[in-house]
Amino acid sequence: MTIQPIVQGRGIVKRYGHVTAIDHADFDLYPGEVLAVIGDNGAGKSSIVKSICGAVIPDEGEIKIEGKPVHFTSPLDAREQGIEIVYQQLALSPALSIADNMFAGRELLKPGIRGSLFRQLDKKRMEDFAREKLTELGLMTVQSINQAVETLSGGQRQGVAVARAAAFAKKFIIMDEPTAALGVKESRRVLELIQDVRSKGIPIILISHNMPHVFEVADRVHIHRLGKRHAVMDPKSISMSDAVAIMTGAMEPPPVEQQQLTPKAA
Amino acid sequence: MSETASKGQDYESSLSKATASVAAFEKRKGLVPQIQSALHATPALVPLVVLVLSIVTFGVLLGSKFFSPFALTLILQQVQIVGIVAAAQSLVILTAGIDLSVGAIMVLSSVVMGQFTFRYGIPAPISIMAGLMCGTLMGFINGWLVAKIKLPPFIVTLGMWQIVLATNFLYSANETIRSQDIEAEAPMLQFFGNVIQVGSARLTFGALFMLLLFVLLAYILNQTAWGRHVYAVGDDKEAAELSGIKTNKVIITVYMASGLICAFAGWALIGRIGSVSPTSGQLANIESITAVVIGGISLFGGRGAVMGSLFGALIVGVFTLGLRLLGADAQWTYLLIGVLIISAVAVDQWIRKASA
Repeated sequence: MTIQPIVQGRGIVKRYGHVTAIDHADFDLYPGEVLAVIGDNGAGKSSIVKSICGAVIPDEGEIKIEGKPVHFTSPLDAREQGIEIVYQQLALSPALSIADNMFAGRELLKPGIRGSLFRQLDKKRMEDFAREKLTELGLMTVQSINQAVETLSGGQRQGVAVARAAAFAKKFIIMDEPTAALGVKESRRVLELIQDVRSKGIPIILISHNMPHVFEVADRVHIHRLGKRHAVMDPKSISMSDAVAIMTGAMEPPPVEQQQLTPKAA
Repeated sequence: MSETASKGQDYESSLSKATASVAAFEKRKGLVPQIQSALHATPALVPLVVLVLSIVTFGVLLGSKFFSPFALTLILQQVQIVGIVAAAQSLVILTAGIDLSVGAIMVLSSVVMGQFTFRYGIPAPISIMAGLMCGTLMGFINGWLVAKIKLPPFIVTLGMWQIVLATNFLYSANETIRSQDIEAEAPMLQFFGNVIQVGSARLTFGALFMLLLFVLLAYILNQTAWGRHVYAVGDDKEAAELSGIKTNKVIITVYMASGLICAFAGWALIGRIGSVSPTSGQLANIESITAVVIGGISLFGGRGAVMGSLFGALIVGVFTLGLRLLGADAQWTYLLIGVLIISAVAVDQWIRKASA
């Protein structure tokens, strides 16, 4: 029996004028895995991930989520389906509190007339939920949930963004360069977070330039080159320098049998 | 270049000895940082303190001439129009916009209410509805141009200021509707001029409306999702959009709300001056921005409390009346207000550093 992929993309094409950013690329994400997407600048790795979450609308090809074809026109469509994105620029409002940020665009209202007629927010329930989610990921001391996000460090902000994604993702999470702006110690924390999220059974697509980070957390590595899926490797069976060589075209990818197009049987 | 994956992590091996307090919060120590973060948390505190201090100062200098129910409620009457318009202006400035057309929308709305009643003989309540809709429509045009056509709010509302003001003069033929006529035929237009007299205190409906409006807006901004979205959009529009807020909808509804509130200000203006005059309220836009800025709302958006604008308007009112009762030249008022504006923005910049 084969496992059904969470995301299956086939023959995806995206052109910008004369430039073909994605050239008949395939893409697979399987349940419970961390799939790293690596590629040189301009290889189209963000384009393909954006086409999965609706930020880019592909010209050709088919994307199925849990077996059903989808046609997202904005990231909000994807969000309604339980797909969360952690952006490189984080998408947090600095002056708002942690709880406000976690619930931006999906606030909880008070029960009864105070919610239905007076549209009053249930701040307590949102704060409790935010606190619970942050504690679950081992992130925060308890009294700080009303703190403005701008008073947090870069790593803490990334933590809030990851916690938000983990709290609301039903299908999978996309993370775009989550450690790019962070120091060594904060990166470590975020990598731990990624593993915590995976252990909750939520698959993750991780876009990153940082090979040590990729090789540490990824179950499979999707190598994108010249708009195509060039190879999918098991990070345990390949060295970082070989991965970089494949990515940059200095080395041919190994034959398909030695690749890792589907996850290993557990 | 043949290092293995596990070797690649060696550079982090010393991390296990590093302190684990990544996510702990540090309390900033010392009095000044504490004041700074208190102001950061409650931005309306500065104008409230200034307001109380100025009332006390003029109270000491002038005694019961100033510190009386009559004089204090007179201030409320004098600031009611600017206060209502400042409420509208606050909403727009919180989204990092600015509305230069508030005064023009106010006057056009009052002219529509008056002319519909007197030129076409439409019952006053329907004319008033038409005036309120007119203001909302002007606000919608502003919001649509800002959100959808992506024009800078300053340019959009600068243009609309001229367009709306010219429309006002063309439509009204520069004709004033006299107070006696309104009183005789359509007293509802002067509704906000009604007075509740308690002893020597005179509270107009317009002043009460202003106070209720601020309470309502404070509730909406703090307790509803739309209110939080207004802050989020003003704070960082891109981030708000990415976190799933429909930012264009927020911006358009903010300008519509601003237009509607300005139309209410137009209705209150009829109550205040008695007549419908197309030449009144010319300074409302500058005065409203002054109140908002003194009230501690950041012109860069996303920061400040709407109550601050009420305090800002009242500070201007207290200075105006206080200095007049002291017999000072009116220019002293303008001079001091200028100082207050610059100080308020300087304080805003300082408060922002609390986040750095």
